Amino acid sequence: MPKTEIRVGGLGGQGVILCGHIIGKAAAIYDNKHATLIQSFGPEARGSACSAQVSLADEPIGYPYVKRPDVLIVMSPDAYSQFAPTLKPGGILLYESELVSLDEKLPEGVTAYGIPATRLAEELGRRLVLNIVMVGFFVGTTALVSAEAAERAVVHSVPKGTEQLNQRAFRKGLEFGLNLTGQGNGGPRHDA
Amino acid sequence: MVEKKEVFVQGNIACAEGALYAGCSFFAGYPITPSTEVAEHMSEELPKRGGAFIQMEDEIASSIAIQGAAWAGKKVMTVTSGPGLSLMMEHVGLAAFTETPCVFVDVQRGGPSTGLPTLPGQADMMQVKWGSHGDYEPIALAPNSPQECFDLMIKAFNLAEIYRVPVFFMMDEVVGHMTERVQIPPAEEIQVVERRWSSKPPGQYRPYEVGEDLVPDMVKAGDGYRIHITGLTHDERGYPAMNPTAHDRLVRRIHEKIRRHADALVDIREDGIEGAEVAVVSFGITSRVAAAAVELARQRGLKVGHLRLIITWPFPGRRIAEVARHVKGIVVPELNMGQVVLEVERAVAGRVPVHSVPHAGGTVHEPEVILEKILEAAR
Repeated sequence: MPKTEIRVGGLGGQGVILCGHIIGKAAAIYDNKHATLIQSFGPEARGSACSAQVSLADEPIGYPYVKRPDVLIVMSPDAYSQFAPTLKPGGILLYESELVSLDEKLPEGVTAYGIPATRLAEELGRRLVLNIVMVGFFVGTTALVSAEAAERAVVHSVPKGTEQLNQRAFRKGLEFGLNLTGQGNGGPRHDA
Repeated sequence: MVEKKEVFVQGNIACAEGALYAGCSFFAGYPITPSTEVAEHMSEELPKRGGAFIQMEDEIASSIAIQGAAWAGKKVMTVTSGPGLSLMMEHVGLAAFTETPCVFVDVQRGGPSTGLPTLPGQADMMQVKWGSHGDYEPIALAPNSPQECFDLMIKAFNLAEIYRVPVFFMMDEVVGHMTERVQIPPAEEIQVVERRWSSKPPGQYRPYEVGEDLVPDMVKAGDGYRIHITGLTHDERGYPAMNPTAHDRLVRRIHEKIRRHADALVDIREDGIEGAEVAVVSFGITSRVAAAAVELARQRGLKVGHLRLIITWPFPGRRIAEVARHVKGIVVPELNMGQVVLEVERAVAGRVPVHSVPHAGGTVHEPEVILEKILEAAR
């Protein structure tokens, strides 16, 4: 796998860093690849702009920052406006479809997949797990880490007692992603 | 046997874990971004293992509390960033003069002054070399990944014990907050150096008596020894001896104990130096960007070698001078306005051009900027 760069953007409190952390951990610990996570946050915590940068590769990673992500995951309109223009042409945008609306900021040739992650999380019983829904969605749409590795990373990264809820959130996002890209049980996308 | 452990953690946590594996049992500090996670982790873990964590009123107090604990027999450390390091400087000299083993972790941020609390710099390099008044030889190491934060922290503690000097662990914001896989070997495979305890009984023991390696053995408070430890110039008994002869002997010895072991203190990771036209000398986070630049230059057919300094102080001048005999130029990128490059220039002594690639900090270099200097050096 050539070096693949991912940026996760959203608001403090949405679990943006944990989302990036789980993707990195899945690759580095359970898929035996290399992963580097860089986190940046504003001076305030909850409610401020927040983003995680994850690089994945077969070889050790040198330059640590993500500048032109291959994959952008956004959970807030601000994160979308700030980072959508940095997407690599031909890259993938994964967005929270009830919080973010797409516009002309999207570079050419980008494939965009939306998911109502907050609503799905609420249906599972806790809005908080929207970031884990996004992790599942990321795996379902990109397959950059294996579903098995990602699920293990989820279970080993969330607070004790919440493993099952988070596992359901992960699977919900995964299934939604697989269906959207035509790999799931929901039938191929071009048939829809 | 404990199984090898693999974790996905940030450099600050890996650093704290390294300290724990090295046997650190006393921590005093005052929290400061971007180093706070080190203190946080120590505050959680030390009490569980019978150690002590103290959040002091400031960095000045922290830097002296660890020295008290060292003389009580503990392996000790503190952590800070630039502004806190400035406050600790007076007691760095005390540690050097009283030969107190201790580890100072500096997670460097942009400076001077309050600077850039959440962004990286490498501009404290000369401060740790020269920052306290008077003459002494500190040791400094520069990790470039969470894995090295773990591995080299153990080395930092070991060197503090072997040479009885303050050891500086020169991280930066990127390395501190970067999360990567860290492999923790089984505890029995980790080489930990214990304190050089004296075997002499009370009455015969003299705190600053040395053998061939010029490093004195220690005792600890509570073991029945009556000893005197002072920041004044002292004799072998540890008592003040304020005359030029005693001063010359002591100051010379605390330099010689490092200089005589300079070869043992060389730790450079070299890549492609044999036959290289240009050498890049780097350390810490910049070494990762430099490696990317070296790769770009090689793709253009240039023969470029890379020397990554793990131990920056004492400076490995002899090796740099050797390399200078075989290359056209040396490129030194660092996140400061040109600090370690001064030592490179001193070692190279005009044999070949030395190209500084300064950067004020706040982020890392663009690999292309370093590449440009490499191309210039190759011309």
